[in-house]
Amino acid sequence: MIQVLIPSQLIAYTDGATRLQAEGATVGAALDDLDRRFPGLKFRVIDEQDRVRRHMRIFIGQDETRDVGRPLNAGDELMIFGALSGG
Amino acid sequence: MAQPVQLLVGSRKGAWIYRSDAARQAWQVEGPLFLGPLIHHFVPAPRGPGVLLIAASTGHLGPTIYRSEDGGKSWKEAARPPAFPKAEDPATGRSVDHTFWLQPGHASEPGVWWAGTSPPGLFESRDGGRSWASVPGFNDNSMYLKWCPPEAGTPDGALLNQIVIDPRDAAHMYIATSTGGVFESTDRAQSWRPLNQNVEASFLPDPYPEFGQDAHYIALSPTNPDRIWQQNHCGIYRLDRPGERWERIGKAMPEEIGDIGFTIVPHPTSAETAWVFPMDGTEIWPRVSPGGRPAVYRTRNGGMSWERQDQGFPAEQGWFTVKRQAFCADAREPAGLYLGTTGGELWASGDEGASWRQIAAHLPEIYSVVAAPL
Repeated sequence: MIQVLIPSQLIAYTDGATRLQAEGATVGAALDDLDRRFPGLKFRVIDEQDRVRRHMRIFIGQDETRDVGRPLNAGDELMIFGALSGG
Repeated sequence: MAQPVQLLVGSRKGAWIYRSDAARQAWQVEGPLFLGPLIHHFVPAPRGPGVLLIAASTGHLGPTIYRSEDGGKSWKEAARPPAFPKAEDPATGRSVDHTFWLQPGHASEPGVWWAGTSPPGLFESRDGGRSWASVPGFNDNSMYLKWCPPEAGTPDGALLNQIVIDPRDAAHMYIATSTGGVFESTDRAQSWRPLNQNVEASFLPDPYPEFGQDAHYIALSPTNPDRIWQQNHCGIYRLDRPGERWERIGKAMPEEIGDIGFTIVPHPTSAETAWVFPMDGTEIWPRVSPGGRPAVYRTRNGGMSWERQDQGFPAEQGWFTVKRQAFCADAREPAGLYLGTTGGELWASGDEGASWRQIAAHLPEIYSVVAAPL
């Protein structure tokens, strides 16, 4: 099970929850799992070419990744942030 | 009893609805709806009372479409927003940055909507806006990269900024783009051809190319769909079909005002009449009201001559910018006109532009204003 940190920009999808659990062997699979439960969430973070959107950032622990194929291990913490995007 | 009007306002920070009384004098505001997101277009369905669509994005999150069936009280997100097909090489694949234009389908096709995006893309929904599909006739056209070169475009991204459907024929469509100009389809978006004869592109080596123009806005005269009005980056034009050659009717504008602007509004019943909101397109293009004196200009003879209408607007120090989707007319008699500025002001005229008054201020930068019967 992966621990997921949800940013404020996405809590409208998660009924306000900021910490969730997800299943998946990769970043993309974990987001797919979240998307099944919270439809529409993944597309707001990952575009149709499987790229992390420009002003979104994803960390696994302390390591940032922009690769949805990045493997995850049980117990990993997947953190999604909305980065700075202007005024 | 005259029908009240609602104005659907999209802004850089959310959406608002202004609802009038029957006289269009008193306006009640509802909103903000979706405080925070960029609302690029906010459009009612002509059929199905209470159906509204919103094209939204945010600084962080990807683009989406929201749909209401109860006049804006509740909203549901599209299950599949507009998105390009997945490319063989994801590094070079296109992704929709935002949906810029929402167009209800032809009256014979209830449930159909079309969307134009940035980067330029054409998308169709056949289920009232709940799910969207890429239109290969344009998006995968062998000429796409010529018509929509990635390096071209406008400051906020290249656009497919208008979709216009001939009310007599669902298969006859026009689109406007900021990179290729105007295109026509006669087979319901399966194939397209440029329609830009005699339209200037002063920023290209060949100033009258087959395509490459920046068509800021196109609109058909509601009572004569053979007449297309165009506010282009390089002037005001009119085309009467089946003609192919646009006429630069902006040449009749006063020289000190010029014929640069973002948008053009045809009269709801008179095919000879249209309004523009000129902006300063000189030197480094301030894109504000020339001289700081806002005005609309009206033609009542198909563009042979223009008259200034500025009563009620600031007489000086009024540096308005009115973007592509932020100027519109209602269908009343006499026609009401409405415009929203990038300074967050909403202005209305109940007498076909003769006089204007501010009906709202202090809104965020206004992107779109759409008038519809309430």
